[in-house]
Amino acid sequence: MNDILQGLISAGWLIITFDPDLIEIVLRSLQVTVGAVVVSSVIGLPLGAWLAVNRFRFRRFVIALMNALMGLPPVVVGLIVYLFLSRSGPLGVLNLLFTPSAMVIAQTIIITPLIASIAHQAIRELWAEYHDLLISVSTSHRQRICTLLWDGRRALLTASLAGFGRAIGEVGAILIVGGNIDHVTRVLTTAIALETSKGNFSLALALGFVLIALAILINATVHSLSQTERSGRW
Amino acid sequence: MVETALFPLTLSEATVRKSGVTLVGPVDLEIGPIGTTVVIGPNGAGKSTLLRLMHGLDRAAKGRVDWNVPMKDAQNRQGFVFQTPILMRRSVVDCIAYPLLVHGVSRKDAHAQALDWADRVGLADHAARPARTLSGGERQKMALARALIRNPDILFLDEPCASLDGSATREIEGILKSARTANTRMVMATHDMGQAKRLADDVLFIYRGNVHEHSTAEAFFKAPQTPEAQAFLRGDILE
Ligand SMILES: Nc1ncnc2c1ncn2[C@@H]1O[C@H](COP(=O)(O)OP(=O)(O)OP(=O)(O)O)[C@@H](O)[C@H]1O
Ligand SMILES: [Mg+2]
Repeated sequence: MNDILQGLISAGWLIITFDPDLIEIVLRSLQVTVGAVVVSSVIGLPLGAWLAVNRFRFRRFVIALMNALMGLPPVVVGLIVYLFLSRSGPLGVLNLLFTPSAMVIAQTIIITPLIASIAHQAIRELWAEYHDLLISVSTSHRQRICTLLWDGRRALLTASLAGFGRAIGEVGAILIVGGNIDHVTRVLTTAIALETSKGNFSLALALGFVLIALAILINATVHSLSQTERSGRW
Repeated sequence: MVETALFPLTLSEATVRKSGVTLVGPVDLEIGPIGTTVVIGPNGAGKSTLLRLMHGLDRAAKGRVDWNVPMKDAQNRQGFVFQTPILMRRSVVDCIAYPLLVHGVSRKDAHAQALDWADRVGLADHAARPARTLSGGERQKMALARALIRNPDILFLDEPCASLDGSATREIEGILKSARTANTRMVMATHDMGQAKRLADDVLFIYRGNVHEHSTAEAFFKAPQTPEAQAFLRGDILE
């Protein structure tokens, strides 16, 4: 109980003093997570829509695979990305290991299936509703996907936010590929893991509270900007 | 540039099957370039399915549906008003403008034309509202404007006035009459015999998926030929 109270006080202190280390870590967390969410959304949202609209031979299999990939253990993803990016690995020449870019890559692999799955579900329902109309006005495949993505944008925002939630709290993969290097790849979650292992519970907790506050803040901001609640009737 | 004529539309032995059941057909039918065809028949007879078949929404499992031009061009020149209006998650004016945007009209022009159509169907005051907030009658008018905005050569209407009151029905019939004056070919399913008499040039009576009678409206309403059509017009319940 004492630890938690102490943690809250430390968190407040770190925030009101604009602790430079904290700010650096928070910004890097955001940079990595937002980067991964953007890349994953660019891949996952159209992929989800494409899978909803097109019938092809292995469609069921691809959807099942995508759903299975949602449960991919982050540590294993981290390990595989590590092996690819390590000096002797196939992408070793890019020199990406232990950089924020490596962390973005790992996060992207983890959350793309999640975003694509949620998007697929939402778009499938919208497609069932729009199907006859979109066929009737002779839309091209591309136009169908664009229309569904646009009209389903609120549900898709939720998909991206789910990806954000998963990525910002993730630690296993980015610890492996980022290395938790101070001033280079340290982010909130890896810092928490480190401080905990050092026995610095109050600092770890303080960072934890900051992480939670950050996640809530981002969600609330995005929702209020997009006016999800107010325009529910659209 | 003179466009190749779209008509006639010819159905030969056209059959629609779903889940192993024949819903419509085999139908042999020719739709010429002029007039309004009204499709009548009891619930579940296959009116919607027949319209969807002509429009290309349902495929013929057997037989053929042919226009005078290739299928792709033909689809471009048709409009369809569905039995339940399909509402996009957009404003009324954006819903009406949608077919124009799909076919490459600039956003600005499409918007202006859609506003004009909203006005014509009496929705000018509601143009900026989300389509989902429209009443049933307003939804039908929106759907009608959307189907007419590209000036189709043929307009399919699937019970456009079901569950509308007298004055909304009159408004919609007014729009249909002006479309007809502009030489839009119409094929309409309806349950409203009064409406059928007001609008029809010829009548297709369909029962259990088959066309039982196709004759001029005058002949049909005066002296229907088949016992099923006679019973239907008398108001008997057809099994
Ligand atoms: N996907 C489907 N699978 C099986 N049967 C279907 C399917 N779609 C429609 N039907 C059946 O086909 C028949 C014809 O349907 P359709 O909608 O064309 O009738 P309708 O004449 O338009 O009826 P209503 O006057 O009620 O609108 C109905 O018995 C319906 O239940
Ligand atoms: Mg019907």
